[in-house]
Amino acid sequence: MPEALLRLLRAARGAGVRISSAETLDALAAAEAVGFADRQVLRDALTLSLAKSLAEKQIFETTFDRYFQRDAPEMQDAPAERHDLPDLAQQLLAGDAAGLAIAMEAAAEGIGASGITLFTQTNLFARRMLDRMGLPALEREITARRAAGEAELADRLEQARTALGAQARGYMERQLALFAAGTSREIREQALRRVRLSAMDRRDVVRMRALIREIARKIATRYSRRRWQARRGVLDARRTLRRNMGHDGVPFRTVWKRTRIDKPRVMVLCDVSGSVAPVAHFLLMFIYALADVLAGIRSFAFSNTTVEVSDLLARHDIDQAAERVMQAAGFGSSDYGRSLAAFADLALGAITRDTTVIVLGDARGNRNEPRVDLMQAIFARASRVIWLNPEPRSLWGTGDSDMPRYQPYCHQATSCNTLDQLERVMDELLRSQR
Amino acid sequence: MTIDIAQQIPSIDSVETGLASTGYIASRQIATAVFLAMRLQKPILVEGPAGVGKTELAKATAGYLKLPLIRMQCYDGLDESKALYEWKYGKQLLYTQILKDKLGETLRDTASLHDSLEKLHLVDDIFFSERFLEPRPLLRALQEPQGCVLLIDEIAKADEEFEAFLLEILSDHQVTIPEIGTVHAVVPPIVLLTSNATRDLGDAMKRRCLHLHIGFPDAKLEERIVDARIPGIRDSLRRQMVSFVQQLRGLDLRKLPSVSETIDWARALLLLNATRLEPAVVHETLNVLMKFEVDMQLAAKSVGAFTEQARREAGL
Repeated sequence: MPEALLRLLRAARGAGVRISSAETLDALAAAEAVGFADRQVLRDALTLSLAKSLAEKQIFETTFDRYFQRDAPEMQDAPAERHDLPDLAQQLLAGDAAGLAIAMEAAAEGIGASGITLFTQTNLFARRMLDRMGLPALEREITARRAAGEAELADRLEQARTALGAQARGYMERQLALFAAGTSREIREQALRRVRLSAMDRRDVVRMRALIREIARKIATRYSRRRWQARRGVLDARRTLRRNMGHDGVPFRTVWKRTRIDKPRVMVLCDVSGSVAPVAHFLLMFIYALADVLAGIRSFAFSNTTVEVSDLLARHDIDQAAERVMQAAGFGSSDYGRSLAAFADLALGAITRDTTVIVLGDARGNRNEPRVDLMQAIFARASRVIWLNPEPRSLWGTGDSDMPRYQPYCHQATSCNTLDQLERVMDELLRSQR
Repeated sequence: MTIDIAQQIPSIDSVETGLASTGYIASRQIATAVFLAMRLQKPILVEGPAGVGKTELAKATAGYLKLPLIRMQCYDGLDESKALYEWKYGKQLLYTQILKDKLGETLRDTASLHDSLEKLHLVDDIFFSERFLEPRPLLRALQEPQGCVLLIDEIAKADEEFEAFLLEILSDHQVTIPEIGTVHAVVPPIVLLTSNATRDLGDAMKRRCLHLHIGFPDAKLEERIVDARIPGIRDSLRRQMVSFVQQLRGLDLRKLPSVSETIDWARALLLLNATRLEPAVVHETLNVLMKFEVDMQLAAKSVGAFTEQARREAGL
């Protein structure tokens, strides 16, 4: 049984549950404590000791169910036993579902079925498994019986063999889903992280969304850790007295005052005009995910004027929200000057020295007045101004790009075109707070 | 001794009935978690929305095993001296004052300063012995002779240093006090930690725990819970109520009503002598279920439809 359990854990790992080797031992101990008799209990026990979050719990439960899902083979009522037939033929004729399932399991283990990685291997593996179960003997038997004139028996065996074949393929497909999903998904996700956002395929959107949420969550966790900073040299009299009560109030051990580092407020200003539309969708997704995990983020979208979209993002699910944001502000031709003016009206007063302003956009203002003075005002008030530009640095300043004129008023201006870059920039941003 | 606790509970079923005998209706998964926690001596990290019975589970476990419950409420700024132990400073001072003469006597016939010190060394451990130790919840839990249920409530509210400090207690059931040495648990306590995910806990902490997530119960379980808690309630009313609350959870509310709210609501309805769910009564008592004004307004719109549906589901 441990063999089977270990395979299950491998499948779960592939599906995205983090399981260390120590946890494997814990899981085995848990399984031993509850026994293997009741599948539901075993599932609960393993979930309890392996899953570390609600998401992992769901993933694990799905994997568990899929792993232990077995099709009951369809077979006719059992006729009298025939001892003159090979084992497999006997089991097939007798409709011995349990026996067949066990034989299939053993054969699968024998050929290393959990090593399956590609869809195209399904048939090959199924065939190998059947061979191991004794298919050649069965086929010889069928031919022999037909030659001997027992057509009815031969027909029934033939029928059962076909059913068995289908079952074996089904089994292998499940194995594929269990064990190969992990590896292929990993490869795919790694590739996705490096694809340029503007070149992203529609069908990858779902996967991207999960990936973006994961990144946002990771960043937010790191970011939400509370941090204290010692104000060196300022004595905390109350706590010093408390701690030194044991020394009759003589301050042997001093306690210094500490200040909590406040979570800085973040404002995001996202360009959703036609020129950056393909990227904008992902940027919106990212803001959405970030707003989900970081409290107190204010988001704005603009093309030729700026609207606040914090509420839209908070109230709707991502697809709806993105659509509504696009309706509210999207697809116009961008006018950075007017948009900055509108933003200043909306929120310049709310920018304090704790505020980080992030601008996502290509700075292509269609030769409108860029209003660099407003950018300067924002820069003067905010703790940090960060500009993320989906264009590579070499294109900044070409054509109608006003990037070089805005750049002096950003603490940081980076090209940000793939998820990897996005993650790195955000990570740096949050780490370098204060 | 350690085997005792584990042997008291032969199976998951007995845990389930045991918890039920204290009035806590546990789902199969919860019973399994408690069973495993006792067998494997691992702490349970209970997560879930507020009011689904996380803290209650610890109380029920203690009641069922007839062990004392030691509760530690976590908050920002909680430190060792409040969680683990503290010296009884006052007593130490008082005793040194009282024993001053005695000490003087002891030291009188020493020839040199060196000798005096030598003599003092022989007695210096007196004032830092267990007599002068004020045990706080964690130490008390380790010292409990029969074992106990230790509830560390809202662990996410404590800071990370404290979380790291807990690791030794959780995994090895021991704690180190510099002046005395390492204190081992007499009987490893059953530890429950609760959290409602205001902060992500560290991986080291998560790894050491069984991870139990208690969600909102389904209608069947919720009815059983209400029944266990409010025995006087009529069958039909109970069914309507539970159905109503279940529908309410489908709404997009800021704070979904939890089991504790259902129970409070049942009490309120009983006090008002309601025999069945009428929109008027529901409107009056909605503030028991809802904690926010916006939620109340949102829910108020659906009261009519929900009561109707609830009545149909209750077969009236």
